[in-house]
Amino acid sequence: MSAGEESTLSAYRRREQSTTIAPLEEQPRAHTEAAGDGTRRELLTLNFGPHHPATHGVLRLLVTLEGEVVRDIKPIIGYVHTGIEKTAEDKSYWKVIPVVERMDYLAYYFNAMAFCSAVETLAEVEVPRRAQYLRVIHLELNRIASHLIWLGTSALDLGAVSIFLYCLRERERILDLFEMSSGQRMHTRYFQVGGVIEDIPPGFARKLRDFLKDMPKRADEYGAILNANEIVLQRLRGTGPLDADTLLALGVTGPLLRAAGNPWDLRKADPYSSYEDFQFKIPVGTVGDNYDRFACRMAEMYESVKIIEQALDGLPGGPHITEDRKFALPPRHELATSMEALIHHFKLVTEGFRVPPGEVYYPIESPRGELGCYVRSDGSSKPARVHMRDPSFVNLQALSHMAQGGYIADMIATVAMLDPILGGIDR
Amino acid sequence: MPDATELELIAQELRAAEGSAQASSGSPVLETVFFRGRATLVVESERIGAVLVRLRERGYGFLASLHGVDYYPHEPRLGVIYELLDMHKVDRITVKLRLASATPEVDSVTPQWPTADHQEREVHDMFGVSFRGHPNPRRILMPEDYEGHPLRRDFPVGGEPVLFTYNEGETRGSAP
Amino acid sequence: MEVRREPLPPTSAATPGVPEHVDPQALGVRELNASQLLRGGDLLGANRPAHLEAADLERYVQERTLTTTLDRAVAWARSNSFFPLSFGLACCAMEQFHAAGPRLDIARFGYEAFRASPRQADLIILAGRVSIKMAPIIRRLYDQMLEPKWAISMGACCSSMGVFNNYALVPADKFMPIDVHVPGCPPRPEALMHGVLKLRQMVQNDPDAGWRERYHARGTEEILPSPHAAAAVNVPLEGDTAGA
Repeated sequence: MSAGEESTLSAYRRREQSTTIAPLEEQPRAHTEAAGDGTRRELLTLNFGPHHPATHGVLRLLVTLEGEVVRDIKPIIGYVHTGIEKTAEDKSYWKVIPVVERMDYLAYYFNAMAFCSAVETLAEVEVPRRAQYLRVIHLELNRIASHLIWLGTSALDLGAVSIFLYCLRERERILDLFEMSSGQRMHTRYFQVGGVIEDIPPGFARKLRDFLKDMPKRADEYGAILNANEIVLQRLRGTGPLDADTLLALGVTGPLLRAAGNPWDLRKADPYSSYEDFQFKIPVGTVGDNYDRFACRMAEMYESVKIIEQALDGLPGGPHITEDRKFALPPRHELATSMEALIHHFKLVTEGFRVPPGEVYYPIESPRGELGCYVRSDGSSKPARVHMRDPSFVNLQALSHMAQGGYIADMIATVAMLDPILGGIDR
Repeated sequence: MPDATELELIAQELRAAEGSAQASSGSPVLETVFFRGRATLVVESERIGAVLVRLRERGYGFLASLHGVDYYPHEPRLGVIYELLDMHKVDRITVKLRLASATPEVDSVTPQWPTADHQEREVHDMFGVSFRGHPNPRRILMPEDYEGHPLRRDFPVGGEPVLFTYNEGETRGSAP
Repeated sequence: MEVRREPLPPTSAATPGVPEHVDPQALGVRELNASQLLRGGDLLGANRPAHLEAADLERYVQERTLTTTLDRAVAWARSNSFFPLSFGLACCAMEQFHAAGPRLDIARFGYEAFRASPRQADLIILAGRVSIKMAPIIRRLYDQMLEPKWAISMGACCSSMGVFNNYALVPADKFMPIDVHVPGCPPRPEALMHGVLKLRQMVQNDPDAGWRERYHARGTEEILPSPHAAAAVNVPLEGDTAGA
């Protein structure tokens, strides 16, 4: 806005300009060079978002451009900041689960898993094997669902609109499975402290096996459409490269790091929840450009299918939640006969369980990288601090390194391959 | 995770290395905590940079998370927690420092650990901890002109009453 | 035999039809007032439907119902061709995608043309939680849309405060007029469709909903200031934070 119009700007419009652009002398690689004919040249700062069809969510980028070449990117976030961590301090532990699930809203089972595992570590609650396998099944289904949305929206950004609808078709089947096991399509509150809230219903296994039979074929179809497409290859190959050392310095994990060649995956390196029982491979890239990130995530979908098949085949019997009545609700039929069960039920529903004081940080491998949950307990029935270390929040710092020197269209592809989820970034 | 004995060895090494270098100021490690199989070093806030560099030499080369805690009403009230990861040995160690609420200032580790950029801004935004030497010490999640640090425990949760037709004009909760 | 009736108790001017001894703050009275307000009348003005005379009443009714075939046709066309603004904030946006997806296909109804630019859209579906940083921007987007325009608040977070009743969120009603609220967390795509179809019915039957007057929902277009104009028309004034 020019200086003359500033007087007509209202307070909130002025507040929207919530970052000061450094004067030209301080801008990176900025120069006002005097061209010979009396004009001056300077770099253009363009504002992307927060409402923009290609930013995945309400991400605002201040892009400094020289012509079409990106010189610097400043991400500005906070447009969907929900105060999840503050709300979580106000609620008892099992009520925090739905609050925390809504953070990274595509990987909701992962958020719940990180939180529940942190609380289980603090409270020293043992999770039965069947519950661990059920958790793995749902986590891997969620991973496939998250990658499908990533694929659909990224292809949409690149211009391939039909892939979006194909991916939604598969995702509808996965959401049907979630609805079968927990009653909700998204944010299911299926994971509880000590296990899962309910065992899978009859028919779930058959429906899941039908899906698992079809999924690799569908993934082959998407690969066939995209991998041989000249436009996709030109836009993804060689764009946005970043080497593994810089990524590690920036704290990036997940498919971005694996695409650069570093095979770090918490499911293999530090297995949790029975992941050590399953055979699967970690797709690793070579160059670290956008095409490798794309290929890694596509391959991860196949690996997730394998994990779910093995988990389903080897599903052990037993309880689906811990038998410790201090943390898990007793089954309804016990309430009629047992006084202790009634008291436990009452205590759990009104006050919630108490967790011994301490602090713990529990990391898991979410579709975007290392998702960690830090829980501090002060001995009461409400957590004293819940912090989610969200992978997208940390991965976003790599964006300016990745997109510098490339064209603005490559920046769009890089943002798409970065797979940022603003709910996790802003919490 | 380093087990309890190894944690003590690390702490001893740090004390020896740092203690001898700055004999007058003593050991940087205030306390070691081994809880639920996880190791934590509580260090002096002024020496955090040096401690992290020594731990990096020992192999903990990845800063997984940097976050803040409010220990209200205990003093020193604010805490900053650094989660380090050794990818080769698959080892994690936590480094914690406590800051008094009167002077919540600590040196930024962003120059050595670029991943701390956004995370330190978040701790500043939510808790009011100032990181000296941070390249961009501004609020990251709340609006730039917001007053208050929301995640402090004495900051109210806030909220609005649900608006119906009869109470449309009501406002409650903190103003932006 | 003569039937004796008790004289009716006197009614107060403020609450027509309600006897004086009834507390005006009672729930039933408040509901009566609210329904009257929503129909466009205000409590003390002369344009209350109960007190309108013949010609005025007819004009009042005419303003509020579709009488001409042209009006009907225009309303039919508008209702069947919403151009939604592609605007998703958080989790509800995922369910919005599914509403546009292959199983529940809003293209069946004619609403698949999501426009990225607010100048070309006439329906804004607020899908997700509205934080205090985002509220002025959404208001600006709403202002940039041209009349006639409608707004749907999808999900619990923007309709009421949802799961997170805390310092960071704003209910959408505080800063912009909403036509339809769709509850759910997140609402199923079918629920969103139900809300959109309700809006379609509203537009087809009664485009002149009186509540828009009360919410100052008319004339909110943003017109950028020209160099010659002293001040821009309809740009919020100094100190007006639009409820943000």
